[in-house]
Formats: sequence, C-alpha cells, structure tokens
Amino acid sequence: MTTTIIKTTTRLLAPLILVFGLYIILHGHLTPGGGFQGGAVVASGLALLIVAHEHKKVKELFERAPLSQLESIGALGFLGTGLLGLAGYTFFKNVIANSGFLFGGKTPIGINPGYLNTGGTLAYMNIFVGMKVLAGLTSIILIFFLILKEGEK
Amino acid sequence: MRNALGIVVFLAFTFFLLTAAFEIRPFGEPVHREMDNYFIMHAQEEASANNVVTSIVFDYRGFDTLGEATVLFTAVAGVLMALRSRGVKT
Amino acid sequence: MNVLTNFPFIVVALLLAIGFYTIGFKKNLIKIVIGIEIIEGAVNLFLVALGYVKGAYVPIYTLAPKEAAEVNKMVLPTPQALTLTSIVIGVAVTALMLAFAVNIYRHYGTLDVRNIRRLRG
Repeated sequence: MTTTIIKTTTRLLAPLILVFGLYIILHGHLTPGGGFQGGAVVASGLALLIVAHEHKKVKELFERAPLSQLESIGALGFLGTGLLGLAGYTFFKNVIANSGFLFGGKTPIGINPGYLNTGGTLAYMNIFVGMKVLAGLTSIILIFFLILKEGEK
Repeated sequence: MRNALGIVVFLAFTFFLLTAAFEIRPFGEPVHREMDNYFIMHAQEEASANNVVTSIVFDYRGFDTLGEATVLFTAVAGVLMALRSRGVKT
Repeated sequence: MNVLTNFPFIVVALLLAIGFYTIGFKKNLIKIVIGIEIIEGAVNLFLVALGYVKGAYVPIYTLAPKEAAEVNKMVLPTPQALTLTSIVIGVAVTALMLAFAVNIYRHYGTLDVRNIRRLRG
C-alpha cells in the first residue's frame, strides 16, 4: 500500500493539514469551525501519516504518543472550564470574557474584523475539546490499523 | 412470504416519507425563529464570541456538549476494549 | 407542485428510504452499518435544511456584510449546533459498530446475520 507517490504526497500535505486544523481550533470563536471540526481535521492529517508508513514505523512513531493522556486532559479541562462559572454564577457561565485575562479582551458588539483575544471560556473550551477529539479519533484509527495489520500476518 | 410483507411495509413507509416531504412547509421559510433571533442578537454581549454557532455549542447548550464529550469518551473506550484482546498496545 | 422548492426534503426522504431498505433487507453486517450511516447523513441534512433561511447569511459576525446584522438576515444557528454534535457522535458510534463487527467475524468466522445464531438453538 505504501508507494512512493503516497509517501511524497503525504510528506507535502501532512504539515499543511495539521497547521490548518490547529488554525481552525484556535480561531473557533471567530471564523467557521471550532474544537470538533479542527480536531477532526488534525485527526485526518494524522490518519494520512498512519496510512502512508510501514507497520513497524507507525508502531515506533506512535509508541510514545500520549493519546490517552491528551484525551483525559481534554475532558477534565473542559469540565474544569465549565466549573469556573460556579464562582459566583452558574455552571458554564462565561466568566473570563471582558476580564482582561488571556482571551478575555473587550468584545466589540456588531460586525467587526474579529480579534483573537476575545471569547473568554469559549476559546479555552475549543482548545480542550479539539485536544479530546484529536486524541480520540486518532486512537480509533490507530488501533484499527494495528489490528488489521496484525491479522494479515 | 415474510419478504413480500417486508417489501410492502417498506413501500408504504417510503410513500409516507415522500408525502411528508411534499407537505412540509416550504424550504427556506422557517416558522418559529424567536429563540434563534434571541441567540443571534445577544450572542456577542452574553457569550462574547463572533461565531454564534460556537457560542450556542459551548455556552447556551453547554450541557449538551458535555454529554456529547462523554459519549465520545465512552465510544473510544469501547473500541479500545473490544479490539485490544490480542495484546496490541497503543 | 413544490418539487423544486422542497427538493432538499425530498432528498432526505429518499436517503431515509435507502437507509431503511439497507438495514431491513441486507444480510451483511458491514452493509447494515453502511445503512445506518446513510440514515445518519439524511438526518443531518434534514436538520441543516430546517434551519436554512432564503437569502440569509452565515451566523458569524466576523467581517460579515452590512445587511447581515439586520433582523431575520441570518440562518438559524441552533440546528447547525445540533448537527455539529451529531456528526462527531456518529463517527464515534460507527467506529464502535465496526469494532463489534471485527469481533463477531473473529468469533464466528462470518459476517452473515443468518449464520450468527448460536444462541437461538
């Protein structure tokens, strides 16, 4: 399956796909996209990397990848960001917005060019959920790939 | 015999679906949009995001997203459990 | 009649019919999973089509055109949020179903639903 054409295409395309996915995750509160979509894009880039390499190479590449840790950090971080709203307000209240913290800049009302330093908890939740979706989908693809290759032997 | 009965039921159901698709309100003219108008008008001051869909997913309907994250986690755990029987480590 | 105006809903109905036919009359487990996926795509398409408003803009304020900020000039955002949730869940559930199909093939040596009947006696 791993011909020279696939390997060369992957070498050219995979960095672009990964960077595009990270852009979608980071700009989730400004442009179309968000954590789920960006995580799926990053996972598809990693799937391209998985498919284009030999079985042994994939195993040694992803042996140390902290996928389950990333998934747990994403879930707990999402929950924790939601719990932040309990400090005086309700669950999932956007407390960081307009507070001056990171991602807490003043949000203009109406049509604006879009400033990255706004969004409050939404930006954090986008990042955490993107991490979680990325790790989950990549581990699904990885375990299917490893199982099917083991079965062929 | 059972197959013929199944095909009859399937054709009746398809007829019902097509009738419903013809009789539903015209495409592109929603009837109730008070809730969505509220979301569109107040998303920037309440959720402080330009993207109204993201502000609904993570702010107004945050519990929905929380349950969805749980479902994703459970599904991934189930896949890993179902396929891990041969000692493959991830 | 309104065949042209309601074209997306008719497509949804046909997709649902194809999915139910696949689930009901096919015997291969993989094909049944494909049928469930077709139904899921039909439901997602139905949700997005319900929220569409004729001549309206995307519900995003970043660099939107001037008239998008007026009343009733943006597409309904709630069905889009629901669809977004549904897509990710669909991917995860499909992976789970395929994993069970792999396990069943290992255990029984076949994917035909008529032969996977050991409990029936």
